[in-house]
Parts: sequence; C-alpha cells; structure tokens
Amino acid sequence: MKQQLEQIRIAAVAEIEAADTSLEEIRIKYLGKKGELTKILRGMGSLSAEERPVIGAVANEVRNCIESALEVRGAELKKIALARSLEAEKLDVTYDAIDPNAGHIHPITKAMKRMTEIFIDMGFTVAEGPEVETVYNNFDALNAPADHPSRDFQDTFYITENTLLRTQTSPVQIRAMLNNPNPPIRIISPGRVYRSDVADASHSPVFHQLEGLVIDKGITMGDLKGILSTFAKTMFGPETKTRFRPHNFPFTEPSAEVDVSCFVCGGKGCRLCKGEGWMEILGSGMVHPEVLRAGGIDPDVYTGFAFGMGVERVAMVMAGIDDLRLLYENDARFLKQF
Amino acid sequence: MEVSLNWLKDYVNVPDDIKTFCDAMTMSGTKVEGYKVLGADISNVVVGKIMSTEPHPDSDHLIICQVNVGKEENLQIVTGAQNVKAGDIVPVCLDGAHLPGGKVIKNGKLRGVPSQGMLCSLGELGLTVNDFPYAEEDGIFLLQEECDLGDDIRDVCKLNDTIVEFELTFNRPDCLSYLGIVREVAATFGEKANIKTPVVNEVKDGKKASDYISVNVSNTELCPRYTARVVKNVKIGPSPLWLRAKLRAAGVRPINNIVDITNYVMIEYGQPMHAFDYEYIKSNQINVRNAYDGEEIVTLDGVTRKLTAEMLVIADGDRAVALAGVMGGENSEINESTTTVVFESANFARENIRKTSKSVGLRTDSSAKFEKGLPACNTLPAVDRAAELVTLLGCGEVVEGVIDINNADISERTVAYDRAKVNALLGTNISNEEMDKLLAAVELIADGDKLIVPPYRSDIINVADIAEEVVRLYGFDKIEETMFKGAAGLGGRTPREAFRYNINDIMAGLGYCESCTYSFVSPRSLDKINIPEDSELRDFIRIINPLGEDTSVMRTHPLPSMLEVLSRNVNRKVDKCRMSEIMTVYRRNGELSNESKTLCFAFTPDCGGFYNLKADAEALFVRLNISAREYVAVSNDPSFHPGRCADVFVGTKLVGRIGEVHPLVCENYDLPRGVCTAMIYTEPLLKSVKTERGYIPLPVYPAMERDIALICEKSVEVGKLLNDIRSYAGKSLESASVFDVYSGKGVEDGKKSVAVRLVFRLADKTLTDEDADAGVKRILKKLENEQGIVLRS
Repeated sequence: MKQQLEQIRIAAVAEIEAADTSLEEIRIKYLGKKGELTKILRGMGSLSAEERPVIGAVANEVRNCIESALEVRGAELKKIALARSLEAEKLDVTYDAIDPNAGHIHPITKAMKRMTEIFIDMGFTVAEGPEVETVYNNFDALNAPADHPSRDFQDTFYITENTLLRTQTSPVQIRAMLNNPNPPIRIISPGRVYRSDVADASHSPVFHQLEGLVIDKGITMGDLKGILSTFAKTMFGPETKTRFRPHNFPFTEPSAEVDVSCFVCGGKGCRLCKGEGWMEILGSGMVHPEVLRAGGIDPDVYTGFAFGMGVERVAMVMAGIDDLRLLYENDARFLKQF
Repeated sequence: MEVSLNWLKDYVNVPDDIKTFCDAMTMSGTKVEGYKVLGADISNVVVGKIMSTEPHPDSDHLIICQVNVGKEENLQIVTGAQNVKAGDIVPVCLDGAHLPGGKVIKNGKLRGVPSQGMLCSLGELGLTVNDFPYAEEDGIFLLQEECDLGDDIRDVCKLNDTIVEFELTFNRPDCLSYLGIVREVAATFGEKANIKTPVVNEVKDGKKASDYISVNVSNTELCPRYTARVVKNVKIGPSPLWLRAKLRAAGVRPINNIVDITNYVMIEYGQPMHAFDYEYIKSNQINVRNAYDGEEIVTLDGVTRKLTAEMLVIADGDRAVALAGVMGGENSEINESTTTVVFESANFARENIRKTSKSVGLRTDSSAKFEKGLPACNTLPAVDRAAELVTLLGCGEVVEGVIDINNADISERTVAYDRAKVNALLGTNISNEEMDKLLAAVELIADGDKLIVPPYRSDIINVADIAEEVVRLYGFDKIEETMFKGAAGLGGRTPREAFRYNINDIMAGLGYCESCTYSFVSPRSLDKINIPEDSELRDFIRIINPLGEDTSVMRTHPLPSMLEVLSRNVNRKVDKCRMSEIMTVYRRNGELSNESKTLCFAFTPDCGGFYNLKADAEALFVRLNISAREYVAVSNDPSFHPGRCADVFVGTKLVGRIGEVHPLVCENYDLPRGVCTAMIYTEPLLKSVKTERGYIPLPVYPAMERDIALICEKSVEVGKLLNDIRSYAGKSLESASVFDVYSGKGVEDGKKSVAVRLVFRLADKTLTDEDADAGVKRILKKLENEQGIVLRS
C-alpha cells in the first residue's frame, strides 16, 4: 500500500507538472471524492492498527505533496496565461487612434502675458482703458501738436470729430494720472490700438501695445534705463544688451528709441536682425511736462518716465514670424504651432 | 532726407568710415535709415577718344572705331551708334566692365569683327539728359567735361558719391536742409561747421529792386515774412555739372540754371524758393493775399486748381501767379526767353499750407517743408544765397536791394537753464562746464541761468528740451542704470484681466485654438447671421474714414468674426476646427462706446454637436468655480437653430448663449450645417464666480442607488424633470441624474423613456433599503399625480 501511495504521488506530480491548461481535472482525479488517493484512503480500514498510522502519515504526506504541486503549477499556469493575454493585447503604439485635441494660446496673448508678468513682478499694476477714445486723451493731452501728422485722416481712424480709435495705449497714461493725483504711479497698460495702415508683412490696422508709466518724486532717465534693461534681460535672456537712441515723441522729452541686442546672433548680425545686431522694440522717454500737467500733476514736483512697445513685434521676434498678417489670419495650422 | 557726402564735405569734415559716421549720427539723434553708394554698380568704364572710324565690312549700320583709352595700344570697338566720329571723347567699357542693372561687358566679335569693349550711352550709365543736357538721348554719350583719357567715368560724371538717408523727427524741421545736417554733423564729431554768409554782388546802377516791383502782404498771419530779390539780364541755360550732380544726389531733376538755383537753395537752406518771370508779373506788383472763392490758377504741373478763400496766393496786379508755398503758376513760369527774374523767399504759416496742400491734393517739396514749420529767419540768407549763385554761375545780374516784408519775430530767445534740474531728470552728474560745452556744440549758448536759443530752434522751451540736447550729445550709454525708489506698492493684474487669462488657459485645456480677429467688421456682417434690419445691434460705432466697407464698423456681435475664422479654415481644408477668442464688442454710448468682452468659442460639425458644446461650457464653468447653472431653451434667436439653442443663467444672471448655428447662417459662411458656438459674457460671469472658500465633507454613511425609467411626453425637459424629482424626494435624495433618454420601439409615439439614477444618502445614519424604496415611491406618486409621468413597464 505504501508502494501504491508512492506511485500515486509520482504519477500525480508528473501529471501536474506536465499540465498546461486546467489543473482541476487532475485535482479531481487524485484528490476528488472518487479520486485515486481517496480510494486508497478508504481502503485503510482493512489495515492493522499498527500499519494504519504509518500508512496514514504516508497518505497525508502524499496528499500534501500533490496539493503543493498543484499550487505551484497553478501559479505557474496563471502566470503563463497572463503572459499570453498580455501578448495578445499588444497595441501598435505608433498608431494615433485618438485626436489629442490640444488647445493653443495665440502668440500675441502669449507674448502679452509674458511681457506683463515681467512688469508686474517689478511692482507695476495693470490699468486698462477704452479703445474708442477722445481725441483729447489720444492727442491733445499727450502734447501732440495740432498739425502732427499722426492726427491725419490717413493715419488715424476717426469715429466723430471728438472721438477716434486710439492710436496708442498712451491715453491710459492720462486716465491713470487723473485717477490717481497722488503719485507714486506705476502702471502698465496692455491693449489693442488702431492705425489706418493697409495690412502687409509689417503693418496691421489693428495691433497691440504695452504701455508703461512711472511717476514719482525724483524719477530719472537712469531709472527708465534700469527698468527697460531689466525687462529686456528677463524677456530675451540675461545676455541681452540694451541700446538707447535719441528720438522725438510728443509726449516724452527727452525721448529714446530702444534697441535690444539680437538674441539669435548676440549682436553679430544675422537674418533675424537684418544684419544690424540690434532690434528696435520700443519707444520711451521722460514724461513731457505738458503731459504731466494734463494729468493734473505738477511737473515741478514730480517727474516720470513712460514707454510703449508693440506686442506683435515682440511676438514675431520671439517666434521668428516674418509676416504680421499670419497673426490675424487665424489659420489653425499656424495657431497650432504655438 | 537724402544727403550727399560729397556735398556735405563742402561744409564740414566727415569721418572716412561710413559706418562710423552713420552710427555716430544715429546715436546723437539724427537717425540714419541707410546709405547707398552711387556708381557702385559701375566699374571699368573709362574715358576714351575715338581716333578713327571705318564702316563694318559685313554690316550697313555697324562702325569699327579705334579708341585711345590712355594706353599705348588703341582698342578696337564695334558700335551700332551713328553719332560718333573721330575726335569724340566717350565713355568706354573695358573688358569685364560692369554697368547699372548688372550688365557685364566682355570682349567679343560683332559680325566677325573683334570688339574690345563697348561705347556707352547716357542711359547705360544710369543717367538722363537732365544730368547732362548737352548729351543726346539716343546714341553714345559724347563727353564735354574736362578730363584725361583713361579717367574713371565715375569721377568724370561725379557718380562717386555716397548718399545717406536721414530719418528726421517732427521737432527738428531745421534739419530738413544741408545746413541743419551740417550743424548736427559738426556737433556730433566736434568739428567746425564752415557755413558762410552769402555775399551778394549787386549791380549798382541806381535802379533798385523796389523800383522793379512792389510787394504788399495783406495777410501777415499766413505770410509772416516775404523776402524777394530781382535779377536782370538773365541768361537761361543748363547749370554747370557740379550743381547738376548735387541736385541729382538730392533726387531733384535739373531743369535750367534759375530753377536749379531755387532748388539748390531749398536743399541747402531748407527754405523753399520760387522764381517768377518778371515780364509776366502784371502792374509790377506782388500781392500776398487770400484767394477769392472760386478763383482759378493753372499750376506748373498744368493742372487747373480751383481755390477757396482760406487759401493764400501770390498775385500780381490782377491774378494769382502762385499758390503760396505749394506751387508756382504756369502764367509766370521761367522759360528760355526769360530775362528778368524775381526770387521769392517767404515764410508761410504751416497749418495753412498743410490744409491748402491737402485740399488741392498737391504735395510738393516746398509744401512738405512749410508744413513742418520753418524758421522765418532763413528767408533773407536764402534769397541772398540765390543771388550769390546767380553771380557765381554768371547767369544774370543781381539788382541792388532786397525787398523784405517781415512781421515775424526773428530775434534770439532765452530760456531758463537749470543745470541741476537737467542732471536730476537724467540721473547724471554732469559738471556745469561740460554741460555748457555740450550745448554750445549745437549753438545753445549758456548765459548764467539762461540759455540763448537761435531762432531756428523753436523746439527748445523747457528744462526737458534742454535735457534732451544734453543727453543726446553726452550719450545715453553713459547714464547709469538704476531702480527707482519710492513708497512700496503692490503690483498686479486687474481682476478682469486675470479672469480672462484664466479663461484662455481653460479653453486651451479644452482643446480650443485661440484666434485673434479684427475688432471692425462689415455692417453687412449682421445680414449674414440673420439679424433683423431693425435690430439695435445695427446701431454701430462707425469709422468715418475706414480702410474699406469690410472694416468700417465696430462689431456689436462676436459671431461674424468667429464664423469668418471657421469659414477660412474650412475653405483651406482644415475641417476639424475648434476656435476660441475673448472678443470685445462695442456698443454706442453717446460719442464713446461701451466695450464688453465676450468669450466666443465654436467648432465645426466634425468635432461634435450641441451636447459637446454644452459639456465644454460646463467644464469651463466648473473650472471657474461657478455653480447653479441653468439652461433655458431659446427658439427665437435668428442666428441659431430654433430647437438647439439655450441661454445660460447663473441664478438670475444671464451669462451666455450656446447653440447650433442656424443652417442658413452656416450656408452664408460656406460652412457645413451643424457648427456649434457659445457666447459667454465675461462681465456677469466674473460676478458669478463663487468667492467663498471651503468644501463639502466626504460622506461617512453608504448610499443607496435606485434606477428608474419614466415615460413622459417628448416635450418634457429633463432639466425640469430632475428639478421636480428633487423637490418631491425630500432630504434623503443626494442626487438625481439622467443616464439615458430613449424613444422608439417599445415606447408610445410622442413619448420618451427617461432613465434616472437616484442616489439616496443621509449624512447622519445608514439608510435602509426600505428608506430608499419609500423615497422612490414618494417621487413616483408625485410624478404620476401631478404630471401623469409613470414608471416604464
């Protein structure tokens, strides 16, 4: 009987190890109610009292052995089955089955956001103003002479004799001063402006500007240089150099146009900067005494600086866009690149 | 303004390196736009003499010339020109010569005869008969200049010049002249400007200018100064080469000596001049007066101009002979038989010239200068310079005396000069001596605490103007970069602006591309979105002077701009398109506008339908922390599908409208049917943002779910159904939501089956099945009793 048990053990373990699908049948065959091992155990009644515990122990050992073999093989088979199903579930990862549907922020918004952030971090507050403005705020209060060419019909869109589409964000300066007659004033004003230009690669009848104004006691041209050079370094990279060129604007005196060293070639001259090494990005200057007066601020007590830059210009320079019209065409294939 | 370096060098030393010159001028405030080297495209063209000619054996129009170009051996050149003969001095292209237009001349053969180069015409050198009046237009340029054989033609024809283009600012009309530029060059490089006072050689024969002519200025406001001289025994002819070359460099066509002198002086002094033929000035009078309404004059360009009483004319005893400051009249034009000339050098009011020039539609070099505001001090030296040139050119005799009717203040001015304030404004520490010296370089002379300003510098008024002069000569680069001091303040965005950036980011996250459209549209754009004729949306803010009809009114509705964008993309085969933009719309408010920002987003049918649109709107609201949203069907918006449009309310506040675009509107934009769009009004939306902080604690006790299917009329809105269920259920109902709506087989016609999931939960104890069942029962009973809605069987 002991021999029989041993044979069962060997046969069962061999069968179990060879099984490659279900173990249930094998389990039933050996351990089930009518299984081979059970059958033998049933025959134990005919054994002597001395033999019974000995054979019983052997039978238990055989049962344990078969069960553990079933367990081990069971785990193995589960693993194999999983591996098979994983293999079967393999996907072609190179296939774009679902449209990513990613949205995009317009390059003008992107540039505007970045530009305003830099000034906000330096303590500037945003002030906004209307696009339909008075001729007074847009020109007169900003010291533009009555015959200044910028007032011409061919340059400015007029709504009535007294109102127009603002040609610059500078009228917000006047509004800001009148709203806050007690400096310090440190504002930036982003927004849409209009000029009567037919759209071409470098002109658009609608474009965006960012205006800045600081007024306080003792503000100097050195402060203007400091702010703008910090802006340029933050916006275009820490190596950026700034160059102030004398210019004339009605609302500032002294005035300067500001160039930044080309961030592509570092000033050596390349296609982006048209070989100049410099790129003009903004106009600036010390607020004209007449403008301070128009804003209700005493030019003998306070001084200030102002600057204004084209947002499209910065957006184009940053992305290497060579035709302004692309920004207003709204071709999704263009917009999706930003 | 274009300036010839050769001409400039007559007055002041100029650095040899052109780049150094341009950079320094730009940095001292006279911006250089660019420069061009004249004659740069000409090379290897020299002066030659034709020694002999013979006919070509195989041609009846070619001539074989032996040409001496100053070398031992003559060159043999074949030419087709008929105007050459032995002894002529001509420009000769040598082998490898370059001509304007990229033409290269090489040795070759013409009909079998070798030709070592080419003889040149004026045109081939890029010149015209205006530059060399003695030359023939067609044919070889027969030189009459003093030159040696072999000389470079660029030197002989004065083509070796560099023209620098300056961009001048509005405040410096005095720089619209060589003398103005000369002063700036001198100040920039620390050189001395060699500007001579003209010396007039008058003929003292007892007859004075005032004997020839009397001048009467009846409107001294429009003509503050009128200066004139008379020249007699005039011999009209071409100007000498040096003068013609200078005019050419300035882009002015040489005409004849007298006219050329007026142009030369205008360029040199910046003072426009005019020359009248004395013979045609009737009654020997010049009257500077307003035109009569309807008065006519034929200007030098041959056009008859009808004048109005606001315009100023120069008239003789009976008619206008010039439109003051704009253009002379044909009736008194200098011609070949002119013998006596009146030179006018006057000062006219800038605004009046601007208006006149604009209303007659004629802008000349003269009017362009007057428009900018010229100093009245210049008229006398300018007319004297013209007289000096007459003598120099030997083309007439200057009559004694000058007529000068002056009502302008031409004296020097003084302005307050506070050196400390200049330093304070600039943030510099420039010593008094250095500051005075910088200013002296531009002829602003310090006199204690005053600054003496020459009459041509009307732009210097206050300390800021003085600071500008100081800084441009001192150098911006020497100002130290500083950070301003002052009371601390908070920077930041306005809530509105921050809100918009937030919306932009959310829309990008939802898969929309941000567009950027013009704010003005065509007034007809509202037709395209079916807006009725009498709609108040048509009360546009109109641009008086638009670029065109398509951009003539400020938009009152965001839809046309958005549909244009979609249409353009679909037209370009970008079929799947999701666009979003926060647009300003403009509504009339008296003379000004109410400008409000509307978020408009839209997509093409390929991207989904109404419910996709609604889901995106919902996602936006959730992200913005806006709760209690309600959608109310709108069937009367003509731009939208009458059954697929809704207003969005937050509480009682209308915050937007969403829907499928009306099929006819889609058609108007060549869009496929089914475009969906949402318009979200940012102002009320911002006010609806929940500002309180906090959260709802997570539930502790388990929930009970019950799904029920209800049969109701098709017209029943599920939103209302859910609201009713909530009101019937009592407090144990946590949520009710629709998970399926079905009509068709198994459901009676005209009815639909709505599957609702009810979730019951109590915050303080575990619900039993009985509790949940009782809740369902309560709901069903009320639905049946009050609305006849029953459970699907």
